[in-house]
Amino acid sequence: MKHIFKIVAILVAISAIWVALLETSTVPRSYTWLLPIYLVVALGCYGLFMVGFGLMFFPTCPQEAILLQQDIVEAKEFLAKKGVDMGSE
Amino acid sequence: MEAAAGGKRAYSIIVPTYNERLNIALIVYLIFKHLPDVNFEIIIVDDGSPDGTQDIVKQLQQVYSEDRVLLRARPRKLGLGTAYLHGLKHASGEFVIIMDADLSHHPKYLPNFISLEECVFFNRVLSLTRKQKETGADVVTGTRYVKNGGVHGWNLMRKLTSRGANVLAQTLLQPGASDLTGSFRLYKRDVLEDLISSCVSKGYVFQMEMIVRATRKGYHIEEVPITFVDRVFGISKLGGSEIVEYLKGLVYLLLTT
Repeated sequence: MKHIFKIVAILVAISAIWVALLETSTVPRSYTWLLPIYLVVALGCYGLFMVGFGLMFFPTCPQEAILLQQDIVEAKEFLAKKGVDMGSE
Repeated sequence: MEAAAGGKRAYSIIVPTYNERLNIALIVYLIFKHLPDVNFEIIIVDDGSPDGTQDIVKQLQQVYSEDRVLLRARPRKLGLGTAYLHGLKHASGEFVIIMDADLSHHPKYLPNFISLEECVFFNRVLSLTRKQKETGADVVTGTRYVKNGGVHGWNLMRKLTSRGANVLAQTLLQPGASDLTGSFRLYKRDVLEDLISSCVSKGYVFQMEMIVRATRKGYHIEEVPITFVDRVFGISKLGGSEIVEYLKGLVYLLLTT
């Protein structure tokens, strides 16, 4: 199934529940009308939280840059000895 | 053809290059250093670099032999997907590894890719009654966004964009891998052929399409943590147009996979 259909199906299901709530008035209508706004706000919060969380714990590796520089020096030395032209960049 | 001359290799490492004169020499040295006991070949697909990349590759062939370092050049820049296809035509390995030439992918992680593949392969031999799809890794993909992985050389803006893009894709697409745009990957040969033939995107959206289609087709994907040091020589950029390309790619994948 195309992924967009899954997302549309979820949206349709949510709308159906919402319309049912509006029709049956199990909760006061004024509350029900606000539910979609809550949903959007909740989604936004989820997104912001995930991005913020990811940023806070973004894995970095400054030591790898140093190790790489050492590898580069080692490689250049070896290859120059073997006659590979390592002159200019 | 070429394969017969050098004998059959277990792993073919395809490295597309364009103006990577210095980097290609360094990466070839590092690959040989970190895979001393592995039967592999390096296939360099050079898109007619004007900086003399091919001359350096020929010198490397003198050092490491023409059977292990293969130069399969193309006349001009023709795109990433076709570069892999071109390399694949000349590859003799059962497994194909794809990596960038700019040293952001360090060859020291290659043994992890290979041992994971072999470990899964061994499991498959042990459980012959089970279907191959349930036990064998078809794709091993390098991921920067897990423990022991990481990125160096990105500013806050770049990290923010990357996280935003990732959250968006994970929520909407459920792609089955934590690092979509990375391109340090190992594929089973026929899986790579199948995936390339069904992918149409360009640039790094291509990498995303490859892994999403692999998930949708039910291929077994394993992940290996890698570190990513943003390119040392030369510049790497992420501008507004890349973001637009990414969003277009996301919508395209939502509609077609």
